Amino acid sequence: MTERIVIVGYGMAGCRLAAELHARPGDRKVTVLGAEPHRAYNRIMLSTLLAGKITEPDVELAEVAGHGVDVRTGVPVTGIDRTARELHTGTGELIGYDHLVLATGSRAVVPPLPGLDPLPERVVPFRTLDDCRRILAAARGARSALVLGGGLLGLEAARGLAARGLDVTVVHPTGWLMERQLDPAAGAVLAGTLAGLGVRTELAVPAAGVVADTDGVRLDLADGRRLDADLLVLSCGVRPDTALAAAAGLTVERGVLVDDRMRTGDRRISAIGDCAQHDGTLTGLVAPAWAQARVVADVLTGGDPLARYRPRPVVTRLKAAGIDLAAMGDAAGEPVPADGPVEELTFADPARGTYARLRIRDQRLTGAILLGDNPTVGTVVQLFDRGARVPADRRSLLLGRAVGTVPASPAASPALMPDAATVCQCNDVSKGALVACWRSGARTVDELSTATRAGTGCGGCRDALAGIADWLAEADPVATGADRPAAAEPVPAR
Amino acid sequence: MTDGVRTATQPGAGSPEVATHCPYCALQCAMTLRHSAAGIEVLPRQFPTNRGGLCQKGWTAAELLDHPDRLTTPLLRDRPGGELRPASWDEALDRIAAGIRTVQAGHGRDAVAVFGGGGLTNEKAYALGKFARVALRTRHIDYNGRWCMSSAAAAGLRSFGVDRGLPFPLADLGRADTLLLVGANPAETMPPLMRHLADQRRRGGRLIVVDPRLTATARQADLHLQPLPGTDLAVANALLHIALTEGWVDREYVAARTTGFDDVRRTVAGYWPAEVERLSGVPVADLEATARALGTAGSAVILTARGAEQHAKGVDTVSAFVNLALALGLPGRPGSGYGCLTGQGNGQGGREHGQKADQLPGYRRIDDPAARTHVAGVWGVDPDELPGPGVPAYQLLESLGTADGPKALLVFGSNPVVSAPRAAHVESRLRDLDLLVVADFLLSETAALADVVLPVAQWAEEDGTMTNLEGRVLRRRALREPPPGVRTDLAVLAALAHRLQAGAPSYRLSHSRGPLLTPAAGFPTDPREVFEELRRASAGGPADYAGVTWDRIDGAEGVFWPCPDVDGPDSPRLFADSFPTPDGRARFHPVTHRPAAEQVCADYPLHFTTGRVLAQYQSGSQTRRVAALRRAAPDAFVELHPDLADRLGVADGEQVRVVSRRGELCAAARLSPGIRPDTVFAPFHWPGAARANSVTNDAVDPVSGMPEFKICAVRVEKR
Repeated sequence: MTERIVIVGYGMAGCRLAAELHARPGDRKVTVLGAEPHRAYNRIMLSTLLAGKITEPDVELAEVAGHGVDVRTGVPVTGIDRTARELHTGTGELIGYDHLVLATGSRAVVPPLPGLDPLPERVVPFRTLDDCRRILAAARGARSALVLGGGLLGLEAARGLAARGLDVTVVHPTGWLMERQLDPAAGAVLAGTLAGLGVRTELAVPAAGVVADTDGVRLDLADGRRLDADLLVLSCGVRPDTALAAAAGLTVERGVLVDDRMRTGDRRISAIGDCAQHDGTLTGLVAPAWAQARVVADVLTGGDPLARYRPRPVVTRLKAAGIDLAAMGDAAGEPVPADGPVEELTFADPARGTYARLRIRDQRLTGAILLGDNPTVGTVVQLFDRGARVPADRRSLLLGRAVGTVPASPAASPALMPDAATVCQCNDVSKGALVACWRSGARTVDELSTATRAGTGCGGCRDALAGIADWLAEADPVATGADRPAAAEPVPAR
Repeated sequence: MTDGVRTATQPGAGSPEVATHCPYCALQCAMTLRHSAAGIEVLPRQFPTNRGGLCQKGWTAAELLDHPDRLTTPLLRDRPGGELRPASWDEALDRIAAGIRTVQAGHGRDAVAVFGGGGLTNEKAYALGKFARVALRTRHIDYNGRWCMSSAAAAGLRSFGVDRGLPFPLADLGRADTLLLVGANPAETMPPLMRHLADQRRRGGRLIVVDPRLTATARQADLHLQPLPGTDLAVANALLHIALTEGWVDREYVAARTTGFDDVRRTVAGYWPAEVERLSGVPVADLEATARALGTAGSAVILTARGAEQHAKGVDTVSAFVNLALALGLPGRPGSGYGCLTGQGNGQGGREHGQKADQLPGYRRIDDPAARTHVAGVWGVDPDELPGPGVPAYQLLESLGTADGPKALLVFGSNPVVSAPRAAHVESRLRDLDLLVVADFLLSETAALADVVLPVAQWAEEDGTMTNLEGRVLRRRALREPPPGVRTDLAVLAALAHRLQAGAPSYRLSHSRGPLLTPAAGFPTDPREVFEELRRASAGGPADYAGVTWDRIDGAEGVFWPCPDVDGPDSPRLFADSFPTPDGRARFHPVTHRPAAEQVCADYPLHFTTGRVLAQYQSGSQTRRVAALRRAAPDAFVELHPDLADRLGVADGEQVRVVSRRGELCAAARLSPGIRPDTVFAPFHWPGAARANSVTNDAVDPVSGMPEFKICAVRVEKR
């Protein structure tokens, strides 16, 4: 019988799993049930949508449908009957499965503040496409916005709204932004960068309550201050959506517990993405969710029955226009003292919004924070990712490609060039050959070129030839004196 | 005529000089050859491509004409393992014909295979394809261009409906506001092309180079992206992702002139810059700067070359850049577009006229009944008797001498012992053949293994046409006759066809409905006559040469195909109004990144990649024999980062061994901070212990058959 695989959740994880299953050979029936009414979209692009640079169709993800894959949106699942291996849907259907994959994702946390239950119209969490639509609706005609929560997502939302021309203030309870990824110095540089982009920050102050009406919203702070705006965006973290799993009796801590093959305690049920808890960790990121989808597809299709999920270290990347931040590993906190000597490299240029901190132990990067214009970010990310050895010259980790590379331009003064130095690469002509040619009578760039073929390939060394001709014209009479043949009298170089 | 230089249309017409083009790369620099007191002299000639420039290879090209190593008599090996000895032409040709007959009688027609080259003239490439299909009646013909252009060709065909390396004249590069070069190093591979880039920079244009090494070309760039080898596809998808999010996609163009964008848009949504940064090592900021430079330019050109194409995902990688170009509305817009830089001298023409396993002249598909009927009509044979498609080059070589593979191979204009991937394996396949025939003018490494070696003419001794990297058909002109004892490839094919048809009744085509083939009619030795037939055979095909004549080329600076009518225009620029697809629109193809065929691991922890040096060409069998070039680039080397060298305890100049699962190469270490510390590089022009292709991977692209020359896993050891 054809195996029936049912995926609950049509977000980035569920959509990717459907595609992974579709791409593998074999006969199976895949059903994807999405509670949201629309097709899968790229959550990572929502802040760009918020900024108004793109429209909704641009955030759609590639979708697999047809030929063994049935995608059904607007179908919430209300219960799992593990004995009968059936799902109950909000539309009253029963759907049987041979294997079930939970990809239910997570929900935005609404903090337990007075005034947020029920959620007023002008207060919106930032999590889903629908949230995004509501924020955009509320932002229409708005002049100011508050963002509660200075983590990654909150800052992206703030940047997006600022790009729409709103006056934005981020309120964050801790003393510096993104405190889990950044050290205080980096947080301060980031706040400076945001200020330059029109985003104010209120730090180290918890919120105490919200008062909202049809005209606006007021956020009361614990220190007694009150901030008014047209819109309040909540970005206070997410919580895995585990209700279905818990109700079905699966083991749930913060997320649904899974093993290395992403299986729950029921061997016919797996979980991937935000709702899954693997090795004590919730990921909340897309790349691990997609890696998990690959593992499940490999295991379920028999493509690689031994496939195991091996988490990659997390690299946090905040990328919004005008902000370039990468943070990874243990750079935010103090180094663990037990583990042998630690090297720290730091560079700070707060006036230009640049900050770098790298931590090295045993020739390996254990953490890094790079903010602003850091040309080495690609290299650092890859070194960290692979646990590869860092360069002998540590400066190159901060300064990047300029270090150790030899400029292509010829030496400033031809006098300082060694005779063996190649002037014309295309025709392998050395400075010595050009000097010899001068001595036998060539006096202009064209004559040097004709005699040696220098400059006849790509033509890129013509300036260098002119420089050498000029230098010889000055130096040669002195160098060779009166015994030079009369035919070789210097003539001005062209 | 150009530049007032007299032209010789007959070999050995006694002209003191002729206007011709360089024998080496696809730039086909214009040059004048002249008899002088000192021998044969090369002079650069003004032409729109090289603009009077020549690199050292071109300047010294004539030195091989009277080189002491020049072959002037056929060579025969009397028994396996014996020595090659001089022989007469009759003996050599009889031996080949007898060998072919024996093999085909015992194992069928497909037991004889032909391997051609991208350096052969159009006339020779055409004649070779016809020889295989009509005289040998084997399906097995392919050529070394499979390892050069096939990925770009396949991607071009599926998106544009046509494969012409540059769909615009080279000079257009000089007018591009932004020029993106992906895996291309023209400063070393075709130096005079850099004159156009200098123009471009002088006008304030930006040059961006994508290459894992800081090459001579990358040094001149405004921005150098240095990705991990094998991640170009992801980089392209990220660039399109950024172009989408920043609103730089030309929606109007996409709507009016293309199909399939939505699938590509949804695919690249999954390639956000931070993820691709992690994969490729290219900083997000550089990805953004590149996308901006392309997306906001008035005119922009994207070019790929072997660095992007020689992968087991080469076709998809090129498609990713074609998608980017289409999304930005570049192809067909003046001064903008996508193109690939062709490698070999006639890499373009060589793939259009029947050397490819699946093609007939005019870039027709051999499995297309209408194409078969047309070409069979020109050839005077029954379409049903034309063989079907063969297999791509590597698959062909790998099968040689095996139970089901060909037992005899005829090689023209190629040296696979040095140039094939996993070369030691290919060498062992060649050794297992019953008959290996090599036509060459020097004893190449492949010729040295042959049972019969045929000495053939060099470029200055033959007339013909070449199609350069722009799709411009050029005239190659003979300065002199071949030396005594040397024949042209066309004469070799004619003589072999004559022997095969006359000597073996079972191979006469008398049972076919077409006319009986005679060597004179079927395989003329006059290249002009061959070209006239090529015109008819290509008429109506995608690469239509019907309107191209030698006289027309002589009267202009070449003729751009397609050119269907003698009185009609040629086609310097394609796609201005439509694409040659059924609906006239270009087609997007969604493509996704996949890892290289071979991953690094504890035993083979480094990436290995190959490429060229300025002073050598291809397998080096020619350029290694030119004294000046040998001085400039005497030996192979292994380029590695000083940090890696330090870790390995290797000093600059010290001999190292690069070891892969397939073999090893030994050469001196050359330390360079311009290469990624996780990657080592070696040029592939040398044979023997320094042969880079002993190491390379023979995994091939599923669509094009292109081997994965540009990435495999190795370790480096001190010797």
